[in-house]
Amino acid sequence: MVDFAGWEMPVQYGSIVAEHHAVRSAAGLFDVCHMGEIEISGREAEACCARLFTNDARTLRPGQAHYSLLANENGGLVDDVIIYRLEAERFLVCVNAANVAKDFAWMKSHSAGFSAGGCVLRDLSDEFGLIALQGPRATEVAGRLDPGLVAAGRFSMRRSRLAGVEVWAARTGYTGEDGFEFFVAPRDAVALWRALLEAGSDLSLAPAGLGARDTLRLEAALPLYGHELGEDISPFEARVGWAVKLNRPDMVGYAALAAAKREGVARRLVGLEVLRGVARHGYPLFASPDASEPLGYVSSGSHCPTAGKALALALVAAGAAAGLDRALVDIRGKRRPVRVTGLPFYVRQA
Amino acid sequence: MEVLEELLYTKEHEWVRKESDGSVVIGVSDYAQEQLGDIVYVELPEMAEGEDVKIDRDEPFAVIESVKAASDVYSPLSGKLAEINDELPNTPAVINEDCYGDGWLVRLEPSNPDELDELMSADDYYEFVESLSV
Repeated sequence: MVDFAGWEMPVQYGSIVAEHHAVRSAAGLFDVCHMGEIEISGREAEACCARLFTNDARTLRPGQAHYSLLANENGGLVDDVIIYRLEAERFLVCVNAANVAKDFAWMKSHSAGFSAGGCVLRDLSDEFGLIALQGPRATEVAGRLDPGLVAAGRFSMRRSRLAGVEVWAARTGYTGEDGFEFFVAPRDAVALWRALLEAGSDLSLAPAGLGARDTLRLEAALPLYGHELGEDISPFEARVGWAVKLNRPDMVGYAALAAAKREGVARRLVGLEVLRGVARHGYPLFASPDASEPLGYVSSGSHCPTAGKALALALVAAGAAAGLDRALVDIRGKRRPVRVTGLPFYVRQA
Repeated sequence: MEVLEELLYTKEHEWVRKESDGSVVIGVSDYAQEQLGDIVYVELPEMAEGEDVKIDRDEPFAVIESVKAASDVYSPLSGKLAEINDELPNTPAVINEDCYGDGWLVRLEPSNPDELDELMSADDYYEFVESLSV
């Protein structure tokens, strides 16, 4: 168990590698109750979301969700989120645990222009637990408790009742696999966890911890705030520029984001296959054995069980990234060879 | 957690086995492999043809990487490198499966056998590890 943003979290239940394989080959169950939830509701909720988030929340119909970003005025990122439109005038934003207070204060201050009753922000993080069911057999497991979920569309969100427990069931996740995330009242979270494990007991469903969550998202090249994303990293550097829709000049960060898109960015996120050892967060990357200036640094790295290799994501100077094929990463004082690869490292078979 | 009676141990969770020819075999303990989790990479010192490779006590001589983290392995003794476990870099998970057997790291010829007296007995090590988990 480790402390994570004040939450006592399981890194692993048994073996990280075994949990990782379980999610890729069958299904895994993740306790992600640490994630934060902020509700935006009211007559002006849609307009408020359109101002706060880089993706265009106006395109969401009730029951739909998408990946989005909170940008700062410099075009860096306050957080990355999934925004769910529960009803016409009610959105639920799932935010990173470590950023709940920061995001909520930031959203408050940047929605001050809306009328008091028009756009109401509530931090509901203590009122929601979150359990993620991920993997190729996730749908089969979920369907045993609510057959209606089998037909749920990707990035959809609906009310559901699983083993007597009321949930919001979202077809979203953070593993590169198909699956669901269930928003549940904290008092029901344990019952839901047990019911899901029971429902998948003959389908090799296994509990999976933060360790496997990290290796799974890394293989799928899904960015992690504090690693690939941050206040001083542009979404256009971090391969999430697709979630920036520059169709609302009153959107927070618009000017800086528009300039970054127009003028290009300083760095680019690349994939690395580490040929010797394991490269981890913060390790510098060099062009040659005697180069003194690094090309960039590793933002995330680990041994990745499905790939069977040590892989890493690195933010590299855009000039150097173009055509970069091989480089060296400094692994605790020794420069080890890496091969630059395409991203993502892993794509699930349809 | 398994602690083998016939071995000596360090506070850094290495084990040492005295061989009949006076050399010692070194590995990491069951507690260590359990704490590390899935071991995915091992780097051992290199044997050099025709020359002695010296290992110093308390200096890192190997690296073990698990999915979670990298760990240096510190030598419990000073000595000359006599053999490395060649198979290990290709099959690092063997340390998880058999840390006291096929998961051994290196064999040394100790240059100062008195250092052996400073290692912990199995009983002392067991007590030490128990005290950590409280």
